[in-house]
Amino acid sequence: MIKERMTMTQQILVKHAAREEIEVGQIIEVDVDMVLGNDITTPVAIESFLKTSVIDVFDKSKISIVPDHFSPNKDIKSAEQCKKVREFAKRFDIDNYFELGQMGIEHALLPEKGLIKPSEIIIGADSHTCTFGALNAFSTGIGSTDMGVAMATGRIWFKVPSAIKVNIIGKPQKWVSGKDVILNLIGKIGVSGANYKSLEFYGDGLKYLSIDDRFTITNMVIEAGAKNGIFPFDEITKAYLDEHCDKKYEITYPNENAEFESEITIDLSKLKLTVAFPHLPENTHEIDEINEKIKVDQVMIGSCTNGRISDLQAAYKILKGKKINPSLRVIIIPATQKIYLDALKNGYIEEFIKAGAIVSTPTCGPCLGGHMGVLAKDEVCISTTNRNFVGRMGHVESKVYLASPSVAAATAIKGYIVHPNEVL
Amino acid sequence: MIIKGKVHKYGDNIDTDVIIPARYLNSSNSKELSKHCMEDIDSEFSSRVRRGDVIIAGENFGCGSSREHAPIAIKESGVNIVIAKSFARIFYRNAINIGLIPIENSEIYEKVSKGNLILVNTDEGIVNLSTGEEVNITKPSKYQLNILENGGLVNFIKNRISKPEGILNEI
Repeated sequence: MIKERMTMTQQILVKHAAREEIEVGQIIEVDVDMVLGNDITTPVAIESFLKTSVIDVFDKSKISIVPDHFSPNKDIKSAEQCKKVREFAKRFDIDNYFELGQMGIEHALLPEKGLIKPSEIIIGADSHTCTFGALNAFSTGIGSTDMGVAMATGRIWFKVPSAIKVNIIGKPQKWVSGKDVILNLIGKIGVSGANYKSLEFYGDGLKYLSIDDRFTITNMVIEAGAKNGIFPFDEITKAYLDEHCDKKYEITYPNENAEFESEITIDLSKLKLTVAFPHLPENTHEIDEINEKIKVDQVMIGSCTNGRISDLQAAYKILKGKKINPSLRVIIIPATQKIYLDALKNGYIEEFIKAGAIVSTPTCGPCLGGHMGVLAKDEVCISTTNRNFVGRMGHVESKVYLASPSVAAATAIKGYIVHPNEVL
Repeated sequence: MIIKGKVHKYGDNIDTDVIIPARYLNSSNSKELSKHCMEDIDSEFSSRVRRGDVIIAGENFGCGSSREHAPIAIKESGVNIVIAKSFARIFYRNAINIGLIPIENSEIYEKVSKGNLILVNTDEGIVNLSTGEEVNITKPSKYQLNILENGGLVNFIKNRISKPEGILNEI
């Protein structure tokens, strides 16, 4: 395939493979710019790395390790895992190891630290590594063996993906956010609708999607099975990088004649607030069409999907001066220490606590049923996280609904799933 | 590779949270993980499974998390081959990387029942020994087969490093 026909993803891959041409479906090896792991996946990756017999990591500045899942350690086994990761980071002098106190949820933390640049290839032993596509990079989730071998060699194998073009048009109505865009898209194409493919976002409507909206969208492309999601570089991307990244970078521009496998259009002006029902992210319903009172026991606002400052601001606007419904409990988790501090300075945290919510240090904990917010049998949670599989947040007979922070906050006040207009 | 074993059959969208629930991810010990494999949808799997058995599933097997603990738990259970109508991509590559053979096939699903004895020849096809039905299979790509034949990505890379061309040797 000639370069002029390549998608943004293919352009980034061909460059890192040091080739002129690639074909869809072809297996290539590429050099990576960043290898990421957390406290669950890195211990397994360390074993693989050690078995390669390579004596040192390929580049200590191109490895990021963030113990964010079971940290602060939830039990002795987790403590042992974190210790193993900490000792590895020390032994190989890993530049980007983020200890408790400096850490945050990995997918929010790395861009904030200026570690992600456009046109780069970032692989992470965590499926939501696809988040960095919001910054015009190729990023994707991989396993621990991939991580271990990449730490040794700086390389990884990929099958060149075809792509679905997602045209974003129109201007969104009040309350509609990136979460509604991605839930709508997953509802349309299904949980395997983009399997092995890229989702590339284009269109006049992109100017209405903030960088945080974009992070939410690319974070959840994996829930449609996608290999990666990617946004073109624009003023919004530039503004974010100007604030967070002081290094030089290259930009990958979309080709006018790029070849896509299919196209899909999302009209933001027609988009309604959307909720994914149990037990799949594709099981979406527009909030206006929910005719029953879905009572919830727990509200969770945070995660790598929706734990950014604008997400907390959305929750603050609704919870300010109100009391959460006594029938439920609310957990709010800023995604990084910086976001936590900003939320403190802005007065959000105080209002959350006055409303009756609890606010936690950054962790992935509740999202994966790890710790702090595990559900009991028959309990229901509305969550701003990214998955609602069977038993995802705890008991196999619990239920998780996925929605934006504003819907989750409104639900916290009413006690059942509602549109934010009903509480303001 | 030739494998003869009993079928464990599951539906569509078997996600990594049910293959190995997150509550067990505070360990990466494969024996510990295999004890809890599939327990949220099939509590008897770990006691019923025997070495050589085969998992057959519907669409999008292994969707969700990147946790390699999922294919590790399956492999440690004694299952060397998973045949699904389709796989989620991270699970698919993780399986290859650890030497668990993933075979994409839509035909066999309707032709087997739980407990059937089947014979899988990765070069030729699958025979349901309980019913006599046969299907052809498509093998993984040459590169992926190369990894599988080396017993996984670590050995594949190790063997390449030991060659004079070194690690940057073209595929």
